[in-house]
Amino acid sequence: MSLIHRTAAELGRLIATGEASAVEVAQAHLDRIAEVEPKVHAFLHVDPDAVLAQARAVDGRRAAGEPLGPLAGVPIAHKDVFTTADMPTTAGSKILEGWRPPYDATVTRRLREAGLVILGKTNLDEFAMGSSTENSAYGPTHNPWDLTRIPGGSSGGASASVAAYEAPLSTGTDTGGSIRQPAAVTGIVGMKPTYGGSSRYGLIAFASSLDTPGPFARNVLDAALLHEAFSGHDPMDSTSIAQPVPPVVEAARQASVEGLRVGVVKEFGGDGYQPGVLARFQEAVDLLESLGAKVVEVSCPSFAYALPAYYLIAPSECSSNLARFDAMRYGLRVGDDGTRSAEEVMALTRAAGFGPEVKRRIMLGTYALSSGYYDAYYGSAQKVRTLISRDFDAAFHQVDVLVSPTTPTTAFPIGERADDPMAMYLADLCTIPSNLAGNAAISVPCGLADEDGLPVGLQIMAPVLGDDRCYRVGAAVEKAFEDRWGGPLLKEAPAL
Amino acid sequence: MSAITRDEVAHLARLSRLALADEELDHFAAQLDQIVGAVARVAEVAADDIPPSSHALPLTNVFRPDEVRPSLTPQQALSGAPAVEDDRFRVPRILGEEA
Amino acid sequence: MTETLMPYDEALAQFEPVLGLETHVELGTASKMFCGCPTTFGAPPNTHVCPVCLALPGSLPTANETAIESTIRIGLALNCSIAGWCRFARKNYFYPDMPKNYQISQYDEPLCFDGYLDVEVDGKTVRIEIERVHLEEDTGKSTHVGGATGRIQGADYSIVDYNRAGIPLVEIVTKPIPGTDRLAPEVARAYATELREVMRSLGVSDVRMEEGSMRCDVNVSLMPRGSSEWGTRTETKNVNSLRSVERSVRSEIERQAAILADGGRIIQETRHFHEDTGLTTSGRSKEEAQDYRYFPEPDLVPIEPDPAWVARLKAELPELPSVRRRRLQAEWGVSDLDMAAMHNADAFGLVEATVAAGAPAADARKWWMGELARRANEAGTSLAELPITPAQIARVTELVASGALNDKLARQVLEGVLAGEGSPDDVVAARGLQIVNDDGELSTIIDQVIAANTDAADKIRGGKIAAVGALVGGVMKASRGKADAGRARQLILDKLGVTE
Repeated sequence: MSLIHRTAAELGRLIATGEASAVEVAQAHLDRIAEVEPKVHAFLHVDPDAVLAQARAVDGRRAAGEPLGPLAGVPIAHKDVFTTADMPTTAGSKILEGWRPPYDATVTRRLREAGLVILGKTNLDEFAMGSSTENSAYGPTHNPWDLTRIPGGSSGGASASVAAYEAPLSTGTDTGGSIRQPAAVTGIVGMKPTYGGSSRYGLIAFASSLDTPGPFARNVLDAALLHEAFSGHDPMDSTSIAQPVPPVVEAARQASVEGLRVGVVKEFGGDGYQPGVLARFQEAVDLLESLGAKVVEVSCPSFAYALPAYYLIAPSECSSNLARFDAMRYGLRVGDDGTRSAEEVMALTRAAGFGPEVKRRIMLGTYALSSGYYDAYYGSAQKVRTLISRDFDAAFHQVDVLVSPTTPTTAFPIGERADDPMAMYLADLCTIPSNLAGNAAISVPCGLADEDGLPVGLQIMAPVLGDDRCYRVGAAVEKAFEDRWGGPLLKEAPAL
Repeated sequence: MSAITRDEVAHLARLSRLALADEELDHFAAQLDQIVGAVARVAEVAADDIPPSSHALPLTNVFRPDEVRPSLTPQQALSGAPAVEDDRFRVPRILGEEA
Repeated sequence: MTETLMPYDEALAQFEPVLGLETHVELGTASKMFCGCPTTFGAPPNTHVCPVCLALPGSLPTANETAIESTIRIGLALNCSIAGWCRFARKNYFYPDMPKNYQISQYDEPLCFDGYLDVEVDGKTVRIEIERVHLEEDTGKSTHVGGATGRIQGADYSIVDYNRAGIPLVEIVTKPIPGTDRLAPEVARAYATELREVMRSLGVSDVRMEEGSMRCDVNVSLMPRGSSEWGTRTETKNVNSLRSVERSVRSEIERQAAILADGGRIIQETRHFHEDTGLTTSGRSKEEAQDYRYFPEPDLVPIEPDPAWVARLKAELPELPSVRRRRLQAEWGVSDLDMAAMHNADAFGLVEATVAAGAPAADARKWWMGELARRANEAGTSLAELPITPAQIARVTELVASGALNDKLARQVLEGVLAGEGSPDDVVAARGLQIVNDDGELSTIIDQVIAANTDAADKIRGGKIAAVGALVGGVMKASRGKADAGRARQLILDKLGVTE
């Protein structure tokens, strides 16, 4: 079996035992990147020499007899929204083109400390705003299942790189579904940890109260290993939870739902959902029941207001978070001809440096926070947030996890919703509630839709700090489906 | 009800420091009007007795001890600056005294 | 543009002022409000900056616990209630010296609220109500380059140093202060003075107005006598000394009165005080009303001060200045009038420090309120800004008490210290200012003086002892003040064979 077909767990073991060198593993992935990148465009930056240097360092540590962690030497694709001191960081925006941060994000630092080999930075919707990666200033990423389709977003480069076997692991960030939805539409595993479970320090902010770093992998155990590697308390992030990381790796190995109470969210389904998605979802629910779970229907009436609340809260925070991109201290500067004022140069730079979706959200957020509108919009949205948390609390009194389709449709064609924001926003319908309430949620593959043969994701939601339940149920579903399918959904690297 | 007019978008663009072209104003006015019309639904359930949540989780009192940590060097600090003079960030002339 | 002013007395005859003060105090923490950069003043540009205070993408604030504690202590010292739960808020506006283009501040949930501070003016106690005390962060500093004036108007471009960005800033806002009448300027100054004393006693800030670690914005409005409807207020910024606080209020009253008496309207605006002219000028008027779009800071979690913590901070507050003044007044045996004089001259702390350095209270007060007050006045500066320390004054009083100096020599010593000639002992040595009590040297001088003043000598011999004063004066003059006057008198009488 070629190295790119190995799981991250296997690669870590091969490197630790010396059966493969980190350099060999890195080179195999660099070769795959060179082969498919022209078609997929998952990466914004790859520096093969730097990759091999990292890999050599791991091999050197092994040679020196240092103990290596379970992911040491394993390659990873890193979303270009985390700062990296040795690589450019753009957040998919022209306004940061060429910017080299003088510091590493906490997630970046922890990847390095775990010995992961960072292959490069992956493409994303500009400032993580979008569900298709079409909003990247550097061009769209293509779904390895069908290159004419979107890989999801905003972490579309991250999902595509793993689905295309360019990397066994990748990092993402999830503000309204930006890990789970790309994972679903590319047939891989993507986890949004509990808010505050993984550090935002060095993650270029979109919406501070929602942004959550999380892992992508082609299987549940690998995702759990990566989750464990970069999560945990960070004193640099005031919203970080000062508690141990839930036992996610153990849960992924446990893979059992015997006696577990599973709630099906009544509000997710029906109109607007692709029949093939609903069919695969129902199959997954039946599967859970057959595995010994007790399945009940649970109503969360406020979830119907999650999408509008999200499209007030996230733009409000983004309008403020993105104010720092002003051409004064870093990044693009446009129109500074010696006569224009700072104010004019700021406005020209921001107009030239931000794409349409970012501008839309900045103005929407500015509107929602304006005096006279604050109470009706931002204030009401915050109340909806309370209601959604209450719905989750009530639901988790009845059941251990909630399930739903991850996203209403399979991957849509590139360009289809590009200038129809309302249609685009619907992609996050099922994922947003967990961002608003801060609880853990994962997407695992549950088959291919009959009508287009594209992957469908099952979302498993657990309470705050119940991340391990997502992995436990996700792994059980994965195992049962693999038994049924005779292997994983993505059996081998797609021929592209 | 038309929630957002073209003039209002122009005002929002000024507040947001976005120098938008006329055709952009028209385009955004239509889109923002549609979006605002849709998201205004939140008011339907936002009763007076519901406390607003500004954060995902109810953490409080997260403080840092008053200890000095290393700063960046001026070279690092200024490394991304569009213009530099005398170890300071050079910026175009500033109009207002302050906001 | 010159503004018409109405003479103060005339203005007060027609209008009543309403005051309001917003004071910013930079806290003297070791590190900044939201990051670990140092706060020391005067470092080379952009050496006290990091990803957080430069607002580099991805950076996040973390709140300085000592700054929060200091703010609560300030609130307690100002008799405020302390919030049971409150949040930071973002104040959104674009400005190049503010890296994030929002300031982390507090909006409708200040840490401390509803307090008061009593100040003494003209022997009366005036209670200033405090609306709120909240915590925020300072901005960077812009230098304007090019243009004729070096000021912001007409500059070609600006250069920005972010060392100051993120230094913790406490804002103390009074409620509107009506009823001060013609004492409004003095009340404003007394408030600022007292507030500064409170900060000093708490040890939370060095409150140096000249370095900007304490900054006052002064709001003034006028209403016609007999009216109860407050007028439109202006906010004067750039008020960088206690004296300027007083002058800016007076000047603004005179300006507004002239406009109103002329049937004009006061524009709600920011004005700037100019030390040189003592006048205020208009800041740029805004095209549109500011909309700061405050919202709760999502990067920081709410503050919920533990009541036990607050109780402990309250119990551990130091003796506050007003209490200390009453205690010291009793210890020093000083009249109310003298206390008020010391307070008004901002001499109290200096006298206290001088006493603490070993000087008798009466002497300490005599020097600061006499010779030094005169010199400060001549130099157009404050007592505190004089280049002399309480310890140096204490040393001078010690030299006088020991008989090594008399008052006249002591004044020369002070002059030397103020001129930068070193410590009192350095000046004594360098200028040779010891009292001449060597009888031999004195005797020679006396003989010369008697020889030159035979008339006076005869009168003394004739029993008119009072005439000895003229001869002592002659001796002092001839010795250029160095003679011990008492000893000289005795020697003169001895030489003339007269006994008292």
